[in-house]
Amino acid sequence: MKTDDLIHALAQDAAMREPSPNRAIGIALVTGGLAAAAVFAMLLGPRDDIPMAMHELRFVFKFILTGSLAAVAVNMAAGAVRPATSMERRGWLLLTPLALMVTALAFELLSVPRDAWMERLVGTNWLVCLTYVPLISIAPLAAMLLAMRRGAPTRPVLAGALAGLASGALAAMFYAAHCPDDSPLFVAVWYGLAIGIVTAAGALAGHRLLRW
Amino acid sequence: MGTTKSRDDEWADWMRAGIAGDTVAYRRLLEALSPVLRQMARNGLARAGASAGDADDVVQETLLAIHLKRHTWRPDEKLGPWIAGIARYKLIDNLRRRGKRAEVPIEPMIETLADTPAEPEVSVEDVSRLVDGLPGRQGEVVRAVAISQRSIREAAAGMSLSEGAVRVLLHRGLKKLAAQYRMENA
Repeated sequence: MKTDDLIHALAQDAAMREPSPNRAIGIALVTGGLAAAAVFAMLLGPRDDIPMAMHELRFVFKFILTGSLAAVAVNMAAGAVRPATSMERRGWLLLTPLALMVTALAFELLSVPRDAWMERLVGTNWLVCLTYVPLISIAPLAAMLLAMRRGAPTRPVLAGALAGLASGALAAMFYAAHCPDDSPLFVAVWYGLAIGIVTAAGALAGHRLLRW
Repeated sequence: MGTTKSRDDEWADWMRAGIAGDTVAYRRLLEALSPVLRQMARNGLARAGASAGDADDVVQETLLAIHLKRHTWRPDEKLGPWIAGIARYKLIDNLRRRGKRAEVPIEPMIETLADTPAEPEVSVEDVSRLVDGLPGRQGEVVRAVAISQRSIREAAAGMSLSEGAVRVLLHRGLKKLAAQYRMENA
């Protein structure tokens, strides 16, 4: 086949075009999010004292943090499937959840006596956190990877990692409604580790699945 | 009015028209791009110490990628950097399949994109044999439309299929062709 033949064939195919990658990622978030909610409801469910906890700043903060991280990661993932996007510039957005985390940690360290730090950091539920956050994230991660395959990620490993970061943060948001540990110390260490595991899994999957 | 449009603007116009279904404008774009992509491929292959004789292979794979991934270009952004991004990825991928790892900086590609004369050149080289191996009806349709340079309507009449069926087979066949490129030497 000569290049000219190929061009002729491509021109004949001009009318066939896929939907925009934003749309595909949006659909993946809705379906993956619903699946994650179902997994969460079946395996864990929310804790009993939600109405009380809503007045507790530490509890509410868990949602603000994981929600902002998920939003930034989704935004970056949507950029990663378009070849001309500057990922470095979008990367600065990560400073928002980071600043939230640092502020909360400072607040916690100042308001809690030093001998209680370790107890709060270890908490009671860390193994559940490390198990269930990755488990809840499986469906949204798979949905996001499938959607991103339709795009053109020029850095497949980074794109996969961002899909992992987004789904890990989303899963942590659900998990936060179950977990009795509300200290920012606990959140920084164990949520961070759990989301990190999902991010690494996403990077590995991206290496294999997001080439085109 | 009266000012010369930049090349990028003109190409972006053709791309937008192509997206809206204008076969002629879209063809003009692909024809203008191919000598530029060929120059990019030659430069890139030479830098990586690979044979520049394979440039046409890279060009065809890149044209296919531009076509199949054009929904990732936003009609309000510049076309050049997007093209360079696709071309760079495909060059790296092609080199990787041959076991060569190379640094492929994007800046020279964007320069090539701006500087290379875009006169359509007739490439007589018959590069991709992959199209011969495309199976079934998809293969028949792609060969009828590409190698025999038929329109959708002519191909449909020749194969006693509906035009809609030919459209779908052609699109799937082109996707399959892109996938086979990736499997080559993998």
